[in-house]
Amino acid sequence: MQKEEYNPGPVVEKKGQLYDHDHCNHPGKDVEKIKLTIDGREVEAEKGMNILEAARQAGIEIPSLCYLRHINEVGSCRVCLVEVEIKGAKTLQASCVYPVSEGLVVHTSSPRVRRVRKTMVELLLSDHHRECTTCIRNLNCELQNLADNLGIRNIKYTGEMKPLPIQSENPFIIRDYNKCIKCRRCEAICSKVQEVNVYSALNRGFDTVIAPAFMQDLSAVACITCGQCVIACPTASLTEKECVESVWEALEDPDKYVVVQTAPSIQVTLGEVFGFEVGTVVTGKLVAALRRLGFDKVFATDFSADLTIMEEAHELLERLDGHGKLPLLSSCSPGWVKYAEHFYPEFLENLSTCKSPHEMFGALTKTYFAAKEGLDPKKIVVVAIMPCTAKKFEASRPEMGTDNFKDVDWVLTTRELARMIRQAGINFHDLPDKEYDTPMGIASGAGAIFGSTGGVIEAAVRTAHYLTTGQEMDLLDYEELRGFSGIKEVFVELKGRKIKVAVAHGTGNAKKIMERLKAGEKFDYVEIMACPGGCVGGGGQPIFGTREHKEISLDYRHNRADALDRIDFSKELRRAHENPAVQKIYEEFLHHPLSDVSKKLLHTYYTPRGREPGLHLGGIKGGHVGHVKENMPGRDTGRMIQDKVAPK
Amino acid sequence: MQIKTIDGLNIVKEKYLPLVKQRLGHSNGIGISQVMVCSGTSCISGESQDVRRELERELERRNLQNSVQVIKTGCFGFCQHGPIVMIHPGEHFYCRVKPQDVKKLVETHLVNSQVVEELQYQNKSEKVNNIEDIHFFKAQKRIVLQNCGVIDPEEIGEYIARDGYYALADIILNKKPAEIIDRIKKSGLRGRGGAGFPTGRKWEMAAMQEANPKYILCNADEGDPGAFMDRSILEGDPHSILEAMTVAGYCIGAAQGYIYIRAEYPVAVERLEIAIDQAREYGLLGKNLFDADFDFDIDLRFGAGAFVCGEETALLHSVMGQRGEPHPRPPYPAQEGLWGKPTLISNVETYANVPVILRRGWEWYSGQGSATSKGSKVFSLAGKINNTGLIEVPMGTSLRTIIFDIGGGIANGKNFKAVQTGGPSGGCIPAKYLDLPIDYESLKEIGSMMGSGGMIVMDEDNCMVDIARFYVEFTQDESCGRCTPCRVGTKRLLEILKRITEGKGEMEDLELLEELAYDIRDASLCGLGQTAPNPVISTLRYFRGEYVAHIRDKICPAGVCKALLDYTIDEAKCAACGLCVKACAAGAISGAKGEPYRIDPDKCIRCAACVAKCPKDAISKGIRKEAANIAERGVQPGAGSREERAAL
Repeated sequence: MQKEEYNPGPVVEKKGQLYDHDHCNHPGKDVEKIKLTIDGREVEAEKGMNILEAARQAGIEIPSLCYLRHINEVGSCRVCLVEVEIKGAKTLQASCVYPVSEGLVVHTSSPRVRRVRKTMVELLLSDHHRECTTCIRNLNCELQNLADNLGIRNIKYTGEMKPLPIQSENPFIIRDYNKCIKCRRCEAICSKVQEVNVYSALNRGFDTVIAPAFMQDLSAVACITCGQCVIACPTASLTEKECVESVWEALEDPDKYVVVQTAPSIQVTLGEVFGFEVGTVVTGKLVAALRRLGFDKVFATDFSADLTIMEEAHELLERLDGHGKLPLLSSCSPGWVKYAEHFYPEFLENLSTCKSPHEMFGALTKTYFAAKEGLDPKKIVVVAIMPCTAKKFEASRPEMGTDNFKDVDWVLTTRELARMIRQAGINFHDLPDKEYDTPMGIASGAGAIFGSTGGVIEAAVRTAHYLTTGQEMDLLDYEELRGFSGIKEVFVELKGRKIKVAVAHGTGNAKKIMERLKAGEKFDYVEIMACPGGCVGGGGQPIFGTREHKEISLDYRHNRADALDRIDFSKELRRAHENPAVQKIYEEFLHHPLSDVSKKLLHTYYTPRGREPGLHLGGIKGGHVGHVKENMPGRDTGRMIQDKVAPK
Repeated sequence: MQIKTIDGLNIVKEKYLPLVKQRLGHSNGIGISQVMVCSGTSCISGESQDVRRELERELERRNLQNSVQVIKTGCFGFCQHGPIVMIHPGEHFYCRVKPQDVKKLVETHLVNSQVVEELQYQNKSEKVNNIEDIHFFKAQKRIVLQNCGVIDPEEIGEYIARDGYYALADIILNKKPAEIIDRIKKSGLRGRGGAGFPTGRKWEMAAMQEANPKYILCNADEGDPGAFMDRSILEGDPHSILEAMTVAGYCIGAAQGYIYIRAEYPVAVERLEIAIDQAREYGLLGKNLFDADFDFDIDLRFGAGAFVCGEETALLHSVMGQRGEPHPRPPYPAQEGLWGKPTLISNVETYANVPVILRRGWEWYSGQGSATSKGSKVFSLAGKINNTGLIEVPMGTSLRTIIFDIGGGIANGKNFKAVQTGGPSGGCIPAKYLDLPIDYESLKEIGSMMGSGGMIVMDEDNCMVDIARFYVEFTQDESCGRCTPCRVGTKRLLEILKRITEGKGEMEDLELLEELAYDIRDASLCGLGQTAPNPVISTLRYFRGEYVAHIRDKICPAGVCKALLDYTIDEAKCAACGLCVKACAAGAISGAKGEPYRIDPDKCIRCAACVAKCPKDAISKGIRKEAANIAERGVQPGAGSREERAAL
């Protein structure tokens, strides 16, 4: 590790902050202080702040709906209106966009403010399908919570409600236009943070909808399925496609052998749903709950994460030896993979051919584990508990499986698992701590840190270093790769040369890295996670509609990531190659990394999809445009992708 | 030819001055006649271009093409009586000239020097020969429109002959920006787009900004129904806008201007394109104007007709190619406008005032108009008035002068009921304010606004509830859908109004209507929403009795609201011919030949087809209950018709 050569590049070093904002105040800088009066109290604020932030900082709560700090500051919903005295007149202003100034006088709860605020929410409710009792966001909905806080008991203004479609032709996200309140948070996060630009406003006036172009289903546009819009949605207008019922059916079917695997980050986020502090590790209770739900085996995706590291580390070393393209781009985030397929098809050869860990797990369960246990692969159902909506899409890819089986049958998000636990009447708090089953529940700490940004590259470098030098590295050396800067870069010594590695999370940051690559900058190994913060910030993670979450803060992602680090530190096994179960599977089944068997089961290929898949390539309803099985690349068949990608 | 000095302008001026002078009443014996053919959109749609071509053909046939010139010119404003043709010397004014009149016009006027009486305007009983004697023009004062009807808008030389571009030359060659901004400030010019913000302050604000580049933007997105002031200025005197924008560019330090114009104004677009080309050719746009270190150029940007794009922040988005949606201010466009850079944005008429102020001095200008509102205002008169058209009067002129002197009073001898100023954002002003001198402040005080200058006159046949419904329907349709009160609120407002016009209103609806209207006004994000309830608020204020009649008595006193009307057959007049039965598509008329016919009110769809067919005028429209009891409440009953309403 050559610290002196560390080049931070355009790294944003703001904790809890994904993006560099021109308008926000960076801590550490001298910021001009301003005094203003809110509700008769003199309050100090920083110049450039809006009234809403200044009030909240002073402990005065102003309700808001469309506001997402630094992401959606547009003043659309008009719920955060306050009275501001301007030239002696009291005018109503949206506090989320009105800047503070010296001597400003603000009233946040005058009778007029309360009345107008109520009218705004009543108007929103008058155009909202209020089926609260059967709604997936019941008791966890910001609109519901707001109506309750404002004490709305009847809606004065009733009238037309346009019957709009509920689009669910894809396997990952359901869009219910009837519950959309046009706050534009989905649009903001998709365009400003992820920079995918799926959503925009269509039509005018009362007919306005926030939708993909031509109101197509998400499967017909360049949606990367990351689910950040689901996290951002204050109501149930955007939700994951639930498959809880299918999993119950499998569990109830005596002919089925149901195996469950849990992604690393589930251990640190599931507890939140049951009232544990953010960042509480609940691994033992998670395993116990799954057993009670009736799963035949409870395994950890951390195990196959170790396996992924073995494969990917060898792939990296091969590419460094000149076999294959550099930089190697990580492939364990299916949102990122789809992003690359849509927007950077010319780099598909750079993507690691490794399947993501849960798919590797599924493939091995239905081959290695089935053979070991004498089970019919067709009777095995693999359920994956994932922090992710993109993994639902990934599991539906035709290349994720063989002719006989799908690698993973059902993907449940953290939220869905929590619902199952509630449905089963399990008291999560009182569960005893249980251990994962063997052998596919044994994992190193390296597998655990897959769940947060920088974890994959750190784990892979740990192993690659060992593979080349036969020595272990000082683990703490990799700290630069963790943390929540949007893009991190570092030099690592491997195979006698300094290799340049980079980490990006959030596809907006991925885009920056990819543009630099396009411009000719050299990297050797780049880890990209589609979601801000990595899997701990995944689109399938718990949503807090009732808590006072006024922003999609990275703070809780920090806490979750710290918890993953604690798991890593608490493990005796810290490196993937040390995992005895992994060693055993190579010995008994795969022989060695990148063997023919592992290429067949653990590696995959990619498909250029175009920016407007629904419009130009005829792909609809989640169809996979341009899939040809023969294109499955082995070590040298990357060229076939190149042929497909190269402009004719 | 590139003009670089005042002498350069003089050379052009000398060439064109004799012709232009003659049109202004100087008969200085240049030995030719000039025939001015109005080529504004209104006259063009009345075949004025056919008249022009026919004139040219006829003159050529008689070999008069050298002694008579046919010239295109801008709008005279007398649109009701178009197409207009004016012949110089002598300022002979001809109305409603059709292509078939051309032969006679040439023969009688140009060959035999006789006046063509049947084409003259008739003031009450006497024929009027000269424009000076027409009532319509008498009370007007043309400041902004001084070149409309005088010069050929497609010939830059004629604009220069009217001292055009001299102010620009003088400023660039001899003046400092601050001096000019000071003059604009002192002149008291206020924005003519509606809100009346002091123009000089805006210039100063934009000049103060340090960011670069800066932009000059002209708002030519005239969206009010029935308004055509800006269109007429651009069609009749495009160079005045170019000159003003260039001056503004010099003053604030901008090198690029854009004119955002509706694509539905093809004539104005064409004239602007010609004007910009000519100005570039003469070196009055482009690099190093007048050999100074100052570049300025202007491009056109086309709007697709969304009303909201007239709102300045929405317009900015539209110019940049984004969806036309407003954003909250601050920051103001003068601080952060196009591409985040300081942008000076003003309306066409505002710019058109600038060259006049600079030519005639701020002292003169500030002597025009009222105490708070200086200069003149262009209005487009429409509705139930004898002379619809384009007029210009000093600020502070009373409505009575405009409607009864210039406008010639109410059509068909009906009674005046209200006048709507400011388009869909304005209010309805009742007869009691007819003598109020109108300016920005006085109009605001009585619940309306200046707006861009649309003025729609209503008579006793207009139902004020229906008028309010009409305008709210318009604003709801044109709402961008971003903020809650405008998107949902105006929809609910419209639904209540519809309910009332359909006779389904309750007395509580009045309260609801009022409350909601005020909340929308106070809570909306941009000017569109903030002013959308004005028609409702003002009609509730001045014509509450009509609302009550609709709700309590289920009567539409003006006889407009279909659901509250009945068609009846006067048995005494009915010849029992049966023609009405054949005409009725709803099968609502029963009877037999020889016996009187009857209309079943439950089946009748109030299409009035029977009325048109009845040879005896036996079918009439009536309000459902006797008018007597409403007359007590001071509401004028009447018999308005659909056809007249459509004229709005």
